[in-house]
Amino acid sequence: MNTLARKILMAATGLFLCFFLLIHFLGNTQLFLEPEHAQKGFNAYSKFLSNNFLIKGVSYLLYLSIIAHAIYGIIITNKNNKAKGSYKSDHRGRASKWYSRSMGVLGTLILIFLVIHFQNFWYQYKFGEVGLDPYGNKDLYGVVVASFQNSWLVVLYVISMIALAYHLIHGIQSGIRTLGLFHPKFVRWVNVFAVIYSIVICTGFALMPIYIYFTT
Amino acid sequence: MKLQLKIWRQVDRNSAGKLESYQLDNVNHHMSFLEMLDTLNEQLITNKERPVEFDHDCREGICGQCGVMINGIAHGPLKNTTTCQLHMREFKDGETILIEPFHGAGFPVKKDLKVDRSAFDRIISSGGFVSVNTGQAPEANSLPVSHETAEQAFDSAACIGCGACVATCKNGSAALFTSAKITQLALLPQSEKERKTRVIDMVNQMDKEGFGHCSNTEACEVECPQGISVLNIARMNYEYNRANFFKHKK
Ligand code: HEM
Ligand code: FES
Repeated sequence: MNTLARKILMAATGLFLCFFLLIHFLGNTQLFLEPEHAQKGFNAYSKFLSNNFLIKGVSYLLYLSIIAHAIYGIIITNKNNKAKGSYKSDHRGRASKWYSRSMGVLGTLILIFLVIHFQNFWYQYKFGEVGLDPYGNKDLYGVVVASFQNSWLVVLYVISMIALAYHLIHGIQSGIRTLGLFHPKFVRWVNVFAVIYSIVICTGFALMPIYIYFTT
Repeated sequence: MKLQLKIWRQVDRNSAGKLESYQLDNVNHHMSFLEMLDTLNEQLITNKERPVEFDHDCREGICGQCGVMINGIAHGPLKNTTTCQLHMREFKDGETILIEPFHGAGFPVKKDLKVDRSAFDRIISSGGFVSVNTGQAPEANSLPVSHETAEQAFDSAACIGCGACVATCKNGSAALFTSAKITQLALLPQSEKERKTRVIDMVNQMDKEGFGHCSNTEACEVECPQGISVLNIARMNYEYNRANFFKHKK
């Protein structure tokens, strides 16, 4: 594999994750409903997702994408560190954004977050002991509410969403150009889209634990 | 003006280098940066010391031979200029200036401020040309090129190959240099026949030389003396994907 092929893999998996993130976000906005409605809707939605055969397939693609993206992210960052020059006096940073130079670090923060996030909810739902709601569905909503009574977890989620926002502001526009979009006008549009998408999605996600912490 | 210089001194490829300090008392601020180094070398030669070696040729910003890191910035503080076109009026009296060679895995230091940039030559030889039979120039109107396309191709062809993009890249990537040539040729009808093989060969050669991945930080465009656009890199990615997608069976 050469440098371009590795970057294409990063971009394809990264952009697929961005698409997933949007769906995940839209589903989770149910958490902002009145508690009874939120519990009913969210739990039914979770059940639908875990029973749907199509979603199962997509979820395996998702696990694979996260793993491949993380592994190649580490490979790329290591190779880049070997290829670069190091200077006694280094003011090269004036020419680029800090987050565009910190994709590896931001990505690592996201990876740590994902491990905790999967443990909190995914693992609990699949393998943990989860009670049933009045409609007979597993009460994932209850697990979410219980988890976000812990203020440390809320802080962790908010910080991770800030890291994700910066990762995506650069990642989306970088990924699209890695796939070969070179027209100046459309590249400008993508840059604007990347900022709006990242801020809306990440702020929305960050508000979920905050909302639950303060309202339940 | 007076200057305190800290310059990277290295005897040859295999030895370790280090920064040495020098004092220059009589610098005219109309001097170019290279003339300032000439002044230092005269002083060193008079004192029977080894002069500082650095690359240069045209001294008018077109050959791409010159280029050093000045206070940690490729070609110094002034944007879109080569080192030879940088003048001492950009610096303050009594300032300390730190001068290091461009370098990276693909750019080994040869001596002092001189860098081996032959990797660039090998990238060009791997595909950055049009194979044609020699002979008379063909009738110009037989290959129509619109004015806009010609200008676009020329914008990419303006790269002087100085290597500031590699030096300034946090990944030591040669994507801007390689993509400028690929884009220039992809735009012109003469080079259509080799369009697919060219991009694959040049990208592979770029990797073989040990350059890093492009992270699209866009620092290269900012520091490039010619302001070569990072959209050349996106165009290279497009050409690469296109070439692989429509690959002929062997
Ligand atoms: C699992 C932890 C993650 C790690 C370790 C990680 C790491 C990285 C790294 C190192 C890059 C390459 C940037 C460069 O070339 O300089 C990158 C790019 C990218 N990442 Fe991530 N990332 C992670 C999670 C995510 C997530 C969750 C998303 C989306 C929701 C995402 C979306 C992207 C995109 C779109 C790119 C752009 C690809 C390109 O530059 O061509 N990443 N990531
Ligand atoms: S010496 Fe030719 S560009 Fe500077």
